Amino acid sequence: MTQMSYMEAIRDGMRVEMKRDSGVYIAGEDVAQFGGCFGVTAGLYDEFGPDRVMNTPISEAVIVGHAVGAAALGLRPIAEIMFVDFMGCCMDELHNQAAKMKYMFGGKAKVPMVVRTPCGAGLGAAAQHSQCLESWFTHIAGVKTVMPGTAADAKGLMIAAIRDDNPVMYIEHKQLLGLTGDVPDGEYVVPLGKADIKREGSDVTIVAWSWMLQKSLAAAEKLAAEGINVEVLDPRTLVPLDKDAILKSVSKTGKLVIVHEEIKTSGFGGEISAIVAEEGFDYLDAPIKRVAAPDTPIPFSPILEQTFIPSEEKIIEAVKALF
Amino acid sequence: MAEKKEQLLEMYKTMVRIRTFEKEAIDLFAAGKFPGFVHSYLGEEAIATGVCANLKDSDYICSTHRGHGHLIAKGGKLDLMMAELYGKSTGYCKGKGGSMHIADVDLGILGANGIVGAGMPIATGAAFACKYRKTDNVAIAFFGDGASDRATFHESLNLASIWKLPVVFVCENNGWAISNSQENHQNITDVSDRATAYGIPGVSIDGNDVMAISEAAEEAIKRARKGDGPTLIECKTWRHRGHFEGDPGAYKDPKDQEEWLSDAKDALVRVEKKLIELKYANKADLDKVKADAQTEVDAAVKFAEQSPDPDPSEVLTDVYTV
Repeated sequence: MTQMSYMEAIRDGMRVEMKRDSGVYIAGEDVAQFGGCFGVTAGLYDEFGPDRVMNTPISEAVIVGHAVGAAALGLRPIAEIMFVDFMGCCMDELHNQAAKMKYMFGGKAKVPMVVRTPCGAGLGAAAQHSQCLESWFTHIAGVKTVMPGTAADAKGLMIAAIRDDNPVMYIEHKQLLGLTGDVPDGEYVVPLGKADIKREGSDVTIVAWSWMLQKSLAAAEKLAAEGINVEVLDPRTLVPLDKDAILKSVSKTGKLVIVHEEIKTSGFGGEISAIVAEEGFDYLDAPIKRVAAPDTPIPFSPILEQTFIPSEEKIIEAVKALF
Repeated sequence: MAEKKEQLLEMYKTMVRIRTFEKEAIDLFAAGKFPGFVHSYLGEEAIATGVCANLKDSDYICSTHRGHGHLIAKGGKLDLMMAELYGKSTGYCKGKGGSMHIADVDLGILGANGIVGAGMPIATGAAFACKYRKTDNVAIAFFGDGASDRATFHESLNLASIWKLPVVFVCENNGWAISNSQENHQNITDVSDRATAYGIPGVSIDGNDVMAISEAAEEAIKRARKGDGPTLIECKTWRHRGHFEGDPGAYKDPKDQEEWLSDAKDALVRVEKKLIELKYANKADLDKVKADAQTEVDAAVKFAEQSPDPDPSEVLTDVYTV
């Protein structure tokens, strides 16, 4: 076990797999000597050399598209897209090519690739560099979507994502890059599709991931002081989704609050709500609540941006409204 | 000489097989035998044939929505292709892909593709894998003049150039991006001019001359295998049919259409003339090639028609690799 940051944990996960499997390589904008826009790949160029850590031109379509071809031939590319907001520039390569190749070809192809990309607001980066867009990807059959919320999960999910034989969107949060935690050494794998109860409780279930997991844990502490015992469940991966863990927790607490940083309309909270309404309606003794960003682009001014981002106060308010 | 004769005869056979398959597919589609879209390769047979004649089984191609010809030229089996057009469980994709998604990864066919211009990044990545694994295999990206306006074209040529990847970009310039003529969709005559922008060789050749295509492809493929990077080959040709079956192609000037379909221009007739002229074959030989192709296609149709539909449960399989 080593204390390290979420960013170091992502890097450690990539390093472990690059050492183990010569077919794993990294390609993206400024990922080589520069170490990536946020420094996530720092040092990997020196460690693994120019054949395995490669700068690309500012060409998102071919960054993701070339990864599809390389993966179909058996390599395991990690394609970095500098901000998840830029996925619009390469969406065809993900949703029509990577995601569908296996199915369209009658099962006779594998596309083991990872698209690594940061999401999230809070840096004053405004409308085109701050979004959370996970529901774009969960709506594509054939793609998995991974959203680590702790340093240990960042490593374990990265290793699992690289080893997975499917296209995986690995979405890290910019606000979490400096978050530290104990991270297991070596080949630490967190299986995709397995939720984690980050805080046990009996009165209400909060389902939250990525940065909102941390906010929900902080809110849960404050609520505990007021006598509300919150269970915080981190699905860790949205596809595959550990539905059973969510239903089990709701069956225990009878109340559900979903917290995400995506805008509310068509956000993944709607999907979780629908699952619980369809399959766990009898467990509920209060309406399901969603805490999400408003349906707006992300504003620049700090006061506006802070108003946009779901806050601890809003989470606390939503929980209290159920009692 | 003997080698050249063998090569030309072999290419002729491939072209005849493509033409026969395509004519049959058009008729079957018109008769309502299978659903979906059919984009005919009639008239463009020389390109896939001339390029793929220079490939090994271990090389890769990325095809297009107009993909039947590429697949046949790379070794695709007509019965499995026809069964896929019919959506049958015995088809290349178990009936899940249809005309626009036929693939045979084992033969290096990384798929037809329903998205114009989408094959180029994938071929670039396949070429990257060939180089990364230190093989001398190459990848070919087929695409049309319309696709050369897409970002994927520019991004792929640029990346392949700076990484010196073993890929050949083969533009089948048939003069039409669906209903939009080349002069209306780009302000150049030669798509190969665009190679200059990426610092790679670019050539424009007669896309109905299978020997010229084979020679240009041979040079580009050699260059790629040696590690000297990509080439853009533009083959100027003509789409005999509409964009898809059901499109009468009313936007074409009938004079152009007539000229391109004439014996003087038709790629297949030109090879026949050449074979006779060089005394590589006589009319009876050519007729036999055609009859053999028809027999093969008839068998493919029979196979497709007699094959079972997929089990409805198949809709749920093959989404993820587990």
